[in-house]
Amino acid sequence: MTAMDDSRGKAGKSGYVRPLDFKHGRVDMTHGGGGRAMKQLIEQLFATAFDNEHLAAGNDMARVRLPPGRVVIATDSHVITPLFFPGGDIGCLSVHGTVNDVAMAGAVPVYLAAAFILEEGFALAELKRIVESMARAAREANVAIVTGDTKVVERGKGDGVFITTTGVGVVDERIDIGGARARPGDAILLSGHIGDHGMTIMSTRESLAFGADLRSDTAALHGLVAAMLEPVRAAMLADPARGIHALRDPTRGGLATLLNEIAGQGGVGMLIDEASIPVRPQVEAACEFLGLDPLYVANEGKLVAFVAAEDAAAVLAAMRAHPLGADAAMIGTVTDDPHHFVQMATRFGGRRVVDWLTGEQLPRIC
Amino acid sequence: MRYIDEFRDGELARAIAAQIGRELRADRRYHFMEFCGGHTHAISRYGITDLLPPAIRLIHGPGCPVCVLPIGRVDLAIELALEHKVWLATYGDCLRVPASEGLSLLKAKARGAKIAMIYSAADALELARRHPGEQVVFFAIGFETTTPPTALVIRQAAAEGLTNFSVVCNHVLTPSAITSILESPEVRSLGTVPLDGFIGPAHVSTVIGSAPYEHFAREYAKPVVIAGFEPLDVMQAILMLVRQVNDGRAEVENEFTRAVTRDGNGKAQALVSEVFELRRSFEWRGLGDVPYSALAIRESYAAFDAERKFALETRKVADNKACECGAILRGVKHPRDCRIFGTVCTPENPIGSCMVSSEGACAAHYSYGRFREIAVKAAA
Repeated sequence: MTAMDDSRGKAGKSGYVRPLDFKHGRVDMTHGGGGRAMKQLIEQLFATAFDNEHLAAGNDMARVRLPPGRVVIATDSHVITPLFFPGGDIGCLSVHGTVNDVAMAGAVPVYLAAAFILEEGFALAELKRIVESMARAAREANVAIVTGDTKVVERGKGDGVFITTTGVGVVDERIDIGGARARPGDAILLSGHIGDHGMTIMSTRESLAFGADLRSDTAALHGLVAAMLEPVRAAMLADPARGIHALRDPTRGGLATLLNEIAGQGGVGMLIDEASIPVRPQVEAACEFLGLDPLYVANEGKLVAFVAAEDAAAVLAAMRAHPLGADAAMIGTVTDDPHHFVQMATRFGGRRVVDWLTGEQLPRIC
Repeated sequence: MRYIDEFRDGELARAIAAQIGRELRADRRYHFMEFCGGHTHAISRYGITDLLPPAIRLIHGPGCPVCVLPIGRVDLAIELALEHKVWLATYGDCLRVPASEGLSLLKAKARGAKIAMIYSAADALELARRHPGEQVVFFAIGFETTTPPTALVIRQAAAEGLTNFSVVCNHVLTPSAITSILESPEVRSLGTVPLDGFIGPAHVSTVIGSAPYEHFAREYAKPVVIAGFEPLDVMQAILMLVRQVNDGRAEVENEFTRAVTRDGNGKAQALVSEVFELRRSFEWRGLGDVPYSALAIRESYAAFDAERKFALETRKVADNKACECGAILRGVKHPRDCRIFGTVCTPENPIGSCMVSSEGACAAHYSYGRFREIAVKAAA
């Protein structure tokens, strides 16, 4: 979305440009070439959909003012097949993913920057759908997409569209939430069912296609985070040992990966209880017949909180009172373990390590 | 989940464990080999050993299809993909098996080889239909469970007259591997591997039935209990084995009656014998050359045999010297006895095949069990 002026390409008859054909048109190399075609795409699609004063100013950057507090920045690239799936698409996903990364500092996300890599031949109708979905997700999350970039790569060198978004947010100087702060004794709270997003995507893959009543859980979580901070904010300001110590969303690699990351960062171990982890029956069944473990399956609208034991009940109650945390559960506790193992009491009555994922999760063959 | 949750009931498991405890003889230990990787996986994943009395020792057997695949055969697949430039289709677990020169199919893919990870044999055939101008080779592995689907796609390819589809057949046979273990000096004469009975395969037995194991019970006086892959199946099978040992019986018993019959699946067996014949000998990782232990494609389907079609020769490649996979696959050693376990050899960088598949003894122990070796104290 660089290079824009106020003429909007309609400065009289002589300047008439045939509007983009959003029905049958396709992305071609000129859309990334820096010329009129690119300008037209930016104006008629991106600037129109994202509609804010910063984009309208037509600069290669956005000059913004931030509310007081520490600035939080996160960036995330989105590549997904298929681009459209039950419950969402790459557009809203690219907003939620970055908003959530910012929110995991306890911050309020304010602005987004978006970069698109488009593949030559990609249908403009699909691009429009994606951009409009992004715009809707940003509006709902109350963030503005204020600057961006578009590049086009030759056919065969991309996968339709890749979207990278960078988010900027602000958090109270006195709030310190981070993975390294997980402490032995902390309660581990999970905001809802795991595996919905990953199994939804899996169910749409050509080679696996199975019918299941599944939807991606893609959602912006900063509202939930704010609700969780509410009952413990005063305590956290008075005593840094209180309240929420760490927050993270279990995306790629799932819950198991998140727990191992935090165990490493905090120099602690974890002990979780399999029976307390919410998994939808259809996700469990799909995992069962593919030989996958829901603990490693991706989510896009869940978070895990590591909370001082004395505040766990208040935070859990706040989660359950929020629509995105209605099925929240306490799934375990942080332990003192120099080896940083994540262990799980199995429903069956045994105990095992929940290890890092090796390579990709593959269906078992035997 | 119906038909699943019933077999994962922790309360029932504790009841069976208590029963096992009551029936154990105080003067002896019990050593049972679970042949299948599926059982190894279930035992680790559900923490079954936590529930069992210490007098019962479970020995992981060689029934992991990826683990027993010798390096030479993986080299063959890589040669097909890199030199013959075919589309090589195979199951996901195969991709990471270490081959010669630090390669694997996954690394060959990064070098430009066309490798397709598939979920079923039918996907390989579909790949051939979609790429009529290119050769597609299905690198087929597995025990008797995965053999009928391979036979089916070969027959289908013949019926459709496909000329761009062929198969490298690495299908191996469970009874031959069990014989090889029972005939090994460690079990037969040295007695270094005490073996009191087998937990028999689940899915394999649905195809071949329970009858083929009767020979082991009779000739080697070892009890066999065929068990399903759910944790309660395994517990129940252990109880049945304990009873046989205590009674001095050596019979084939079937715990997995909901899926296994004495004669197995006749249709699948007929299909397999129509397309495949016995190989005189086949190399197994860990077990060496085992006579009549694998299948080859019959002359009548020679056009679909990639080994004939591309005139491939399997070279013998020795395992890494430090690797103990052979001894581990025969039950002679435990993963923790291997010097490179968990240090040089990890699931991210497997040296031996037992570390590759989640069904491999080393990978299962690494992923699920290794915390047992280290005392961990929970937070107060």
